[in-house]
Amino acid sequence: MRRAGGIAVLAALASVPLWLGNPYHLHVLIMAGIFSVLALSLNLLLGYAGQLSLGHAAFFGLGAYATALGTVKLGWSPWAGLVLALVVPGLAGWAVGRIALRIRGAYFVLLTVSFAGVISLISVNWMELTNGPLGIPGVPALALPLPGLGEWPLRRKPAFYGVMLAAAALSYLVCARLVRSRVGRALVALRENETLAESVGIDATHYLVLATVVSAAMAGLGGWLYAHYTRFVSPEVFLFGYTVTMVIMVVAGGKGTLAGPVVGAALFTALPEALREATSWQWQMLAYGVILMLVLYFLPRGIVPALSAWAPRRKPSPGVGGAPPARESA
Amino acid sequence: MDQLLQHLLNGLLLGSTYALLGIGLTLVFGLMNVVNFAHGEFYTLGAYATFAALIGAHVPFFLAIALAIALGAAAGAVTDRVLLRPLRGESIDTTMLLMIGLWIAMQNAELLVWGGVAKSVPTPFPTAPLVLGPVSVAPLRVFVFVVAAALIAGAHLLLSRTRLGRAMRATFQDRETAALMGVRIERVHTITFAFGAGLAAAAGALLGPVFLLYPSMGDLASLKAFSVVILGGLGNFGGAALGGLVLGIAEELGAGYVSSGYRDAVGFAMIVLMLLVRPAGLFARAERVG
Repeated sequence: MRRAGGIAVLAALASVPLWLGNPYHLHVLIMAGIFSVLALSLNLLLGYAGQLSLGHAAFFGLGAYATALGTVKLGWSPWAGLVLALVVPGLAGWAVGRIALRIRGAYFVLLTVSFAGVISLISVNWMELTNGPLGIPGVPALALPLPGLGEWPLRRKPAFYGVMLAAAALSYLVCARLVRSRVGRALVALRENETLAESVGIDATHYLVLATVVSAAMAGLGGWLYAHYTRFVSPEVFLFGYTVTMVIMVVAGGKGTLAGPVVGAALFTALPEALREATSWQWQMLAYGVILMLVLYFLPRGIVPALSAWAPRRKPSPGVGGAPPARESA
Repeated sequence: MDQLLQHLLNGLLLGSTYALLGIGLTLVFGLMNVVNFAHGEFYTLGAYATFAALIGAHVPFFLAIALAIALGAAAGAVTDRVLLRPLRGESIDTTMLLMIGLWIAMQNAELLVWGGVAKSVPTPFPTAPLVLGPVSVAPLRVFVFVVAAALIAGAHLLLSRTRLGRAMRATFQDRETAALMGVRIERVHTITFAFGAGLAAAAGALLGPVFLLYPSMGDLASLKAFSVVILGGLGNFGGAALGGLVLGIAEELGAGYVSSGYRDAVGFAMIVLMLLVRPAGLFARAERVG
């Protein structure tokens, strides 16, 4: 039943480029998809492991830089770049997770902030590698190699939308499988009561490192999408604003739920775009800050849990992933 | 050798304001258990308030600084009353996210009010440096150091010697008992947050004339404050004071001998190293971890 529903939603989403002619709307959807991947990745740490990473833009940026450097400087294909964009942030996530094995809460936040700060400063100052503030232009567009038929270009928006949808669906599935597995239960147990969880044999270090690595690699996937979509990577990818946006998406959508980050990403990508003509960018950011505070007061658990509490109960929901995946055309 | 002395002196002068920033943050964390990510915004507020008082109202320089500190403290009191009070007793993550929201809102409000162009604060101090043997120093920076040191000493005395300070410590050790003993704990919360915000505003009012004012200046200040607090140990007053000096000197040495592009990386690197080696801080007395 759930599988059929998921496939139906996916098919509906996949049909969007067929009837949505406006390239600008498609662009907004693609950005919403990229942010869904990022918000899903942050949610693994913030929602399930209970550790706030305020350096998530670093994993995103590392993914973008890894594929940009691999394709532009080494001349690799974007698909080899994808491997780099998963492995490099994954390794960084492993390092952060290992360091974090003794620290929690505010210390973890500060560690991730500092990590992101160092990476960002390196991207600006290591001119020989990263071209400094000028960034790396000319990141190649994606193309799907077909044996014997040459390449199928994925440069145009409708084609890239498909790539984005595949990546977002994959991220969603990975999250869904992970949190419903032994790993997810272990993470929730650690979040709720670490001492108790360890007393029944859950290895805190092992699971927190695992969560950080998966989360970082998934953020790297977002970076890979971003790099090949905008085809330009600069130190801006490390902007703290990206991290803040991800946090708002997860918290507003509903941390610790599967659909929450996707709903948050769709809402907080569409909202600023809708406001763009009416107001300046500063007003938007000001509104972001205020909305974050309002959500904490009025929807402390986020939109998705609030909605599922409202909706008529057909069956007792297990609390995790009860709501259907969100439509991105919010 | 002379160069080293000069770096050490600069580091000491800079470090005194870092200490001021760190103490405000560590008090709010240690006593209230609030991770104040908006700390840097009170710093920015202090700097712009000094500027506005000087340019807009033609107030004398020293009075402008005092006004800015008072405004910072008042803004802190309002923040506690309006934003933090309804969420008292919520988890530390909730208040942390709240402060992140406040930070974004305040910073962009400042950008809307003042615009993105950097501003400089005029001072009555001569620009010619004082030459003291092998080293030289700008008179303004001596003033900044003296005021920062006086504020740190004052904060220490307030906490350790006064009734209010005792009430503050009592409240955050055990709310219920303190309330039973007649401490008005809601008021203590507000005063503590106002105190931390006032110290941040003081740092901004003092450093504003040294550097330039721009709306995102608070981000760097927050970073320094967090580095200092990690160095000293979260919630450790003396640790924050010493941590500020250590960070100031380390930055000057790093900028002088390594590369000025990585000056701000010193703080980050110190946080990472400290969390690796001694998460409780340099001066920990085996308490308050995690």
